[in-house]
Amino acid sequence: MLSKRIIPCLDVRDGILTKGVKFKGNVDIGDPVTAAERYYEQGADEIVFYDITASAEGRNIMIDVVRRVAERIFIPFSVGGGIRTVDDMRRVILAGAEKVSVNSAAVENPHLITEGARAFGNQCIVLGMDVKKVAPSAGTPSGYEIVIQGGRKYTGIDALWWAQEGERRGAGEICLNSIDADGTQEGYEISLTSMISTQVRIPVIASGGAGKPEHLTEVLTAGRADAALIASMVHYQTYTIPEIKHFLQGKGVKVRNLW
Amino acid sequence: MIGIVDYRAGNLTSVARALNYLGEECRITDDPEILAAASHIIFPGVGAAGEAMANLRERKLDDWIRKWVADGRPLLGICLGTQVIFAYSEENDTECLGLVPGAVRRFPELRGEDGRLLKIPHMGWNGVRFTREHPVFRDIPAGAEFYFVHSYYPAPAEDKWLIGETDYGRPFCSAVARNNLVAVQFHPEKSGRPGLKILANFCRWGGRDAE
Repeated sequence: MLSKRIIPCLDVRDGILTKGVKFKGNVDIGDPVTAAERYYEQGADEIVFYDITASAEGRNIMIDVVRRVAERIFIPFSVGGGIRTVDDMRRVILAGAEKVSVNSAAVENPHLITEGARAFGNQCIVLGMDVKKVAPSAGTPSGYEIVIQGGRKYTGIDALWWAQEGERRGAGEICLNSIDADGTQEGYEISLTSMISTQVRIPVIASGGAGKPEHLTEVLTAGRADAALIASMVHYQTYTIPEIKHFLQGKGVKVRNLW
Repeated sequence: MIGIVDYRAGNLTSVARALNYLGEECRITDDPEILAAASHIIFPGVGAAGEAMANLRERKLDDWIRKWVADGRPLLGICLGTQVIFAYSEENDTECLGLVPGAVRRFPELRGEDGRLLKIPHMGWNGVRFTREHPVFRDIPAGAEFYFVHSYYPAPAEDKWLIGETDYGRPFCSAVARNNLVAVQFHPEKSGRPGLKILANFCRWGGRDAE
């Protein structure tokens, strides 16, 4: 049986590991390559890098980070943030990333998913979705709306529809981030996660809100997620990955042991 | 030198990085003359069977690989490379290399323990039950897990070629061994320490099965 994946998310700005709260203010917390290596050694099942750099030079620094990570860790990792073209995808894949994640750019140009899947295979393309709870309406019947540009811009697109559209277009996986829960450390948004995860056939990574191991149990069982993204709870070393996995095993959640 | 067969089937650099980490010299190439100088051949790949076979034929690598294996030299298939080693793949209705009799089939609609449809692709970490001893799988802990990403799985015509099994709704063949050929459906280059151990074992393997 497949193990549920525990995935640390590293936000990187100009080559430095950083962590933001609700897309406001960021604090620098170290070297992303060192952090990735530490999580690999601890038994992370995958790593997600999110490049929040604005400048072109910063993007080149990120490619260098990807290359150095790929030489040291031998688990899959994905890179998202600022991926706007198939060429952007190719750069990070050639630098050693297993997957690329597209978010705002896919909303603005859905062909990016289709073209990326055709060029590199569905398994390479992760559809990142930033979602906010809204009153259900004709345009957003699921009660969840896609927001872009770091949570600043509402799109009027229904989150469930977009998840299914992404799957049709060839995304191999969905990384589902609740803007409402992100950075709160008060738990994942369970109803959103289970709604999306049960209505697509591709794996769903839950993101936003992890603060304690109980939150992961909840999202990996009731939330039906295939994987859980974590950030603050390990970046500040409140918990280690083995502690989280041990807790999950005690709750009957199948996770991978480190050998 | 370890030869990595380049047939435009996805990104092969991750296999090369893992070998470099292990201190093994390797070359990614589609040139049979360079490959002929290798001690071992790794045949990786990600993508679709139809295009993969077309690319192999176009580069005349299909016959080259058949001859390499017929000469008794060690070959390791990974993921799509493993699938095209079989006689036939349901993916794009493709006639493949035929180095192991059997077919590659699409996962049917299977339900998990909770009664829900299992997701396809089979993506993530899963265990492998090795059914017998083999030098390439030596010193792999029984509970070790490996990273998989695939929608099709190999079904060898005879059980004697099956050496590893994985459960996804029901058991499927995740590792194959036949004489000087071994092939795995998972990605050893992305499977942490146990995966690196398999690659290291392969690089030191003389090509004789333990049997």
